[in-house]
Amino acid sequence: MTRHYSALSLLKEGLTGQRGWQPAWRSPEPKPRYDVVVVGGGGHGLATAYYLAKTHGIRDVAVIEKGWLGGGNTGRNTTVVRSNYFFPESAALYEMALKLYEGLSRELDFNIMLSQRGMLSLAHSPAEMELAARTVNAMQINGIDAELLSLDRVKSMIPAYDFGPTARYPVYGGVLQGRGGTARHDAVAWGYARGADRLGVDLIQNCEVEDFLVEGGRCRGVKTTRGVIRADRVGIAVAGHSSVLAEKAGFRLPVTSYTLQACITEPVKPILDCVVLAPALGTYVSQSDKGDLVFGGGLDRIPSYAQRGNLPVLETVIAGLVGMFPSFRQLKLMRQWAGIVDVVPDSSPILGESPLPGLFLNCGWGTGGFKAIPAGGVLLAHLLATGRHHEVSRPFDLDRFARGRLIDEAAGSGIAH
Amino acid sequence: MQLFPCPFCGPRAENEFHFGGDLGNVRPEGGASVSDATWSAYLHMRRNPKGPAREVWMHLTCGEIFALERDTVTHAVLGSHGFGEGSAS
Repeated sequence: MTRHYSALSLLKEGLTGQRGWQPAWRSPEPKPRYDVVVVGGGGHGLATAYYLAKTHGIRDVAVIEKGWLGGGNTGRNTTVVRSNYFFPESAALYEMALKLYEGLSRELDFNIMLSQRGMLSLAHSPAEMELAARTVNAMQINGIDAELLSLDRVKSMIPAYDFGPTARYPVYGGVLQGRGGTARHDAVAWGYARGADRLGVDLIQNCEVEDFLVEGGRCRGVKTTRGVIRADRVGIAVAGHSSVLAEKAGFRLPVTSYTLQACITEPVKPILDCVVLAPALGTYVSQSDKGDLVFGGGLDRIPSYAQRGNLPVLETVIAGLVGMFPSFRQLKLMRQWAGIVDVVPDSSPILGESPLPGLFLNCGWGTGGFKAIPAGGVLLAHLLATGRHHEVSRPFDLDRFARGRLIDEAAGSGIAH
Repeated sequence: MQLFPCPFCGPRAENEFHFGGDLGNVRPEGGASVSDATWSAYLHMRRNPKGPAREVWMHLTCGEIFALERDTVTHAVLGSHGFGEGSAS
């Protein structure tokens, strides 16, 4: 009957043959009605359900997932967390997420293996060094930790990088966010799932939403492969499939779905103890606790729902990586995979009520949804509980496109999603 | 490497092409009298279909702008045609 994870429960279970562990969450049958239904059992959906129950006391909640928990982009990202954005609105949003990540293992009683090993963005020319200084200034003005690094500092941080006179990608310096790093992506989903389940949330897997129940011009629930489920309010957090659900609800989103690839090498001894990004190449890499190098790059520039990458981008990403770290050439590639990301013209998320009243959106995170999971959960939960925006989510409402108030992080922080 | 059919050049490598949006996304007429919502829908809102899609693409090497029908799940190309006189839609 052990459900709490602690040294004491490990000892107790060790002495009794490990027979008392309980499943981390139930697998209930869906009820015909809930106060709130959240569509999408990834990090954002599970976090939303957790904060609805924890912060707002709304425990009559179901999370509906067509596959398995955390099986979409939550299980396909490269586990990087950071808040090195340019505009104050973005800084407030992503810093909220990073601060929540910093306390999340304790909050959830589940080790998310947060490792704030530092996020290093390189500068490859004098002009890029000037932009790096601008980025550092913007981050510091927004209250985010940021440091402009000289070439010597970069050399001491990543000695395996090619700093030689014939280097393919010479370095002039970089931007360091020391509080950036990595977290175990599956653990974030599982921790929120377990936390939400213990507060009474029903997690319903293998249940696909086929349509929305609309009565009197308002969303009143969802029609699923396991029957109609009524709800006072419905939230959707389905990343690359947001447009598919929006079409069922009768509106369009400023979203294009693209493939984003990532890869992992065989495990090796410690060689890299921070996350390194070369903005000019789009290639970034970190080493997991297991020793494998996890790396990725830019989007496949072909709209797609295929969840597998095309070869030209893979070649670009790998060429970038071995240009940065020539010694990585000898490593074997173990796996390559892809997720479908929801890209928005201004590279900022969409949070708020949809054109169909009663239906609330959490989408548009593009290539950067994982780092934002705690904030996406807090803000969608706030919307679903109160019907109104949290001050942090207000600038990210869908209405910014008609109002012309875009938050263009592609231009601001050079983030290519 | 996938091949896309340029109506002018024939089959060429996918990285020679640039995605240009939904086919049939026509700019609203009326200048300043067009509402913000209508203009925003034209500029930003996308069909983004899962499955068969009708899209505008550009072949960057020859400059041809054309219609491409393909499947966004299987990546199968279903057809392409240029915008000759009277064929644009």
